[in-house]
Amino acid sequence: MSTLVYCESSEGRLSTMSTEILGGGRELADALGHPLLAVLVGQEAALVADEAIAFGADIVYILDHPLLSDYQPEAYAQAIEQLITEIAPKVVIFGQTDVGRDLAPRLAFSLATAAVLGCTEVKVHDESKRLLQTRPVYGGNAEAVFSTITDPQILTVQGKSMMPLARDDSRKGQVLPLEVSIDESRIKTRLVQRVKEVEGIKLEDASVVVSGGRGIGSKEGFQMLDNLASILKGTVGASRPPCDGKLMPSGKQIGLTGKVVAPELYIAVAISGATHHLRGCASSKAIVAINRDPEANIFRHARFGVVGDWRKVLDGFTMTVKALPVE
Amino acid sequence: MINIVVCVKQVIDTEIGPAYFKLDEEVKRALRPLGSQPILNPFDENALEAALMIRDSLGAQQSKITVVSMGRRLAKALLRKTLAVGADDLIVLEDDIFDSFDSYKTVEWLVAAIRRIGTYDLVLCGRQAADTNAGQVGFGIAEMLEIPCISAARKIEIEGEELIVERITSDGYDVLKTSMPALITVSSEVGELRFPTVMALRAAQKKEIRVWKREDICSHSIPPQRTDLVRLFIPPVVSKTACEMVDGVDAEDAGKNLALRLREAGLL
Repeated sequence: MSTLVYCESSEGRLSTMSTEILGGGRELADALGHPLLAVLVGQEAALVADEAIAFGADIVYILDHPLLSDYQPEAYAQAIEQLITEIAPKVVIFGQTDVGRDLAPRLAFSLATAAVLGCTEVKVHDESKRLLQTRPVYGGNAEAVFSTITDPQILTVQGKSMMPLARDDSRKGQVLPLEVSIDESRIKTRLVQRVKEVEGIKLEDASVVVSGGRGIGSKEGFQMLDNLASILKGTVGASRPPCDGKLMPSGKQIGLTGKVVAPELYIAVAISGATHHLRGCASSKAIVAINRDPEANIFRHARFGVVGDWRKVLDGFTMTVKALPVE
Repeated sequence: MINIVVCVKQVIDTEIGPAYFKLDEEVKRALRPLGSQPILNPFDENALEAALMIRDSLGAQQSKITVVSMGRRLAKALLRKTLAVGADDLIVLEDDIFDSFDSYKTVEWLVAAIRRIGTYDLVLCGRQAADTNAGQVGFGIAEMLEIPCISAARKIEIEGEELIVERITSDGYDVLKTSMPALITVSSEVGELRFPTVMALRAAQKKEIRVWKREDICSHSIPPQRTDLVRLFIPPVVSKTACEMVDGVDAEDAGKNLALRLREAGLL
């Protein structure tokens, strides 16, 4: 019996999300009294295996195959399915990432079990030793606790909801490459092109986020937010309407269907504060709201607020920030 | 002729604001807020819009759009909106047992209905429902029908026998190709569902719709449940100190004062 964590990396480093679920997975594995296993897929896998051990894994499985170089759901699902069949884990944890939210349900259906997606809290039930998996429902207005009846219990975890362990390079663990066979005839989708629309500091890693809502209204408006964000060495984000309206790329969306951020400072400009958006930024250390509607829900969650025309407020704000002496 | 099946769920409006949202912890179900009407799941509306866009590009004679909706005590007038915007057929799966937080049961029933419809080249679903927020049903349907699945699409095009789909990623999008039949889950970036004309709305109220009960689609026993909903609750509001409002002689001045206040508070 074991808990298995699906880890991801980019540019030769373990992702922040992976360190979070390794930390949370370690806690669950300890509570269940069994080892914590990690799996890494693709060419970079071997490079970051030691990092996965330093962040809490006992054994790291490496799955490499020519068909696993880029994420391809049908190939990845086959590979992970083989690993799960071989090691029979009780729990399989993914991050709620592009890959996790795509792969976890596929595996759940093909292994005749269930997946619970976007968990914000995971505990072990004292008696049954089954997981109690909490996740937001009804657009973030409520929370539901699910228990999976079948094994393995597959779940994805929302960003910023589990704590990574402090990196400890003296931790000992095993790295095991595993041969997988992939049936090419089961691969039905082909990646033609990968388009990158978002550059620079990652939203999830930024310490300052300047975020705009429906009221921004134009690309030029977002340029003003971007300008402020770069002065503050942060990055720009958005609520759902500007992304649906193609004013901002979807990669910038913060909320239930976008990203979860927890910066030191979150400046919400012309954002009303819909529940599904707040789900993506509520863990910020400080929320500052600028909105012309004094009744906007965002003020209920903000530490500081200004009521007024966002363009004028932002003009004064940006000018003053530029002039502030460096501390 | 391309046959498109769109799965549409009726949900309570979850964007009414937390102050109006109520639920019954005993029966583990949200209560319809007073004065609010149920809506079509917004992501499913996006899926229907994607189907209509395909029709626009192929020509009306080259495609057939069938909407399937499942639930208990459904508002038929609301579902007829799908006919008013251009769907050819509406099938309502209605039974008291069609109410579950378990995606796996939902999948079994929807697959049974799609099999009864018979011909499908493309099955479209919203990427997730606004009530359960589960995001799983599409994958399950594809797995059971043994057809490829692409999730979180922002654009779908048909080129000959192939589908070209743009899938949203965390920093952009992937362009993918697959063959039909296939299932695609649709994201809001596709665009909002078009408005029906008043004429079309009126005509849709007179159109015949098919209502199937459980025994019409599924002869085998009820599939076993794979998850238990242990608890459903409204999270307590974390008590924060009230928002400190910053003022000025005008908006620009207020912005200036905000910057000074944030510096004072150690946030800048």
